[in-house]
Amino acid sequence: MIILKKKILIIDYKSGNLFSVNQALTNIGLNVFISSNANDILSADAIVLPGVGAFGDAMKNLHNLNLVKPIEQAVESGKPFLGICLGLQLLFTESEEFGYTKGLDLVKGKVRRFNINNIAGESRKIPQIAWNKINKINNNTWDNTPLQDIKDGEFMYFVHSFYVDPEEQVGLSETDYDGQIYVSSIQKNNIFACQFHPEKSAQKGLQIYKTWASINNLI
Amino acid sequence: MKTIRIIPRLDIKGPNLVKGIHLEGLRVLGKPEDFARYYYENGADELFFQDTVASLYDRNSLRDIITKTAKEIFIPLTVGGGLRTIDDIRNVLRAGADKVAINTAAIKNPQFIREASLKFGSSTIVVAIEAIKGIDGKYFAFTDNGREYSGLEVVSWARKAEELGAGEIVITSVDKEGTGEGYDIELIRFISEAVSIPVIAHGGASSPADVVQAIQFGKADAVAIASILHYSVMQTFGGISSDYKLEGNITFLNSGKIPKKISPSSLKEIRAILINAEIPTRI
Repeated sequence: MIILKKKILIIDYKSGNLFSVNQALTNIGLNVFISSNANDILSADAIVLPGVGAFGDAMKNLHNLNLVKPIEQAVESGKPFLGICLGLQLLFTESEEFGYTKGLDLVKGKVRRFNINNIAGESRKIPQIAWNKINKINNNTWDNTPLQDIKDGEFMYFVHSFYVDPEEQVGLSETDYDGQIYVSSIQKNNIFACQFHPEKSAQKGLQIYKTWASINNLI
Repeated sequence: MKTIRIIPRLDIKGPNLVKGIHLEGLRVLGKPEDFARYYYENGADELFFQDTVASLYDRNSLRDIITKTAKEIFIPLTVGGGLRTIDDIRNVLRAGADKVAINTAAIKNPQFIREASLKFGSSTIVVAIEAIKGIDGKYFAFTDNGREYSGLEVVSWARKAEELGAGEIVITSVDKEGTGEGYDIELIRFISEAVSIPVIAHGGASSPADVVQAIQFGKADAVAIASILHYSVMQTFGGISSDYKLEGNITFLNSGKIPKKISPSSLKEIRAILINAEIPTRI
């Protein structure tokens, strides 16, 4: 019997290094492709939107590569969609970066910059480059989500200057960076997206990808 | 919460992990892949690879080490040494690095920082500053492993690097590096207070107490540690087996002696001491 492996597509939109995401997903046994082709997005079984860098440039690249529509269609089709770091932020309505930049608007809310001062009035280091805890929000359940095998308060690796502020009830975990509490991962229907980098968060991070793959029948 | 990162620093020469004094006089300690894997499995927050001889990029030694390491290690990898062009950076990132550290090329052409951070994202670009204290008490940036004087005063250089788009700064005290005399706390604090991007302290740590000082008094956001960790590994395993060809000065490796000033400690031991000093870290 031939078992056809599900096709996981990492969208390459020229914003950052895809190597480590590819490496991590391959390591857990997934069949991973990298592409910036609209048809590949439509035919894949699951979509991964990674990315580092500036929100505005990333949106510009998505538009120039004609990927906005295919991404919207992929999300609407109900296929599993994983956003990482900038790939989480791009899903939102708009970003504060350089005043106002429009996002994909698949999740209602804003992307905000960390305030340069913390509550104590001391200057806050930006970007946050650190391992930090992901916590449950009001004791919500992580069952049947990619976080179900992770303990409340587990450490994950973060690198970012902006954070998401959703207007919908999509928050799955929250994180406190030097006094600023923000949503660090979301779940909305077929979308799971996180601000931290599971692919750089050692074995616990890989576990999140494994759970994501297994609850979506991708392995 | 703001956690401090503990970053094992691996100086590489050819196929070997080496350790020098004042960034010179390199001694072979073993195989970098073995040390990298060991640190990953024992809870390192990141790894920092530094090519001690820039020209080795032509021989692709470090690239091979990075490629191999990135396949089995899922924490951030920073690579520095001899990166002079956008293509150099792209090649190292393609090999599996997550961040690059640049020094000489940034000093020669500060716009290189801007160009690289626009191309790869600020968080990918670490500016490495190698500092030597002048007779007037000011610190100056050096290039080429602390050999060439640049004339740049380090605090203003750090600010400029931030302005140009650096995501992080690693500050090395060349005076202290490899001596085991402790970090240069004053230098670290000058830099950390001058910029709003994270600062990694490097050079001189001989014990976990030095690490605590760099964080509490130097205000470092992360610490790069070499001798304390490497010698702990060597002590634990009685040296690293040499079933591979070693180049360079291996007299030290064969003797198994640990420099007097160094108190070897494992990542776990360092972390326990940080937690005891109420410094938040991962785990």
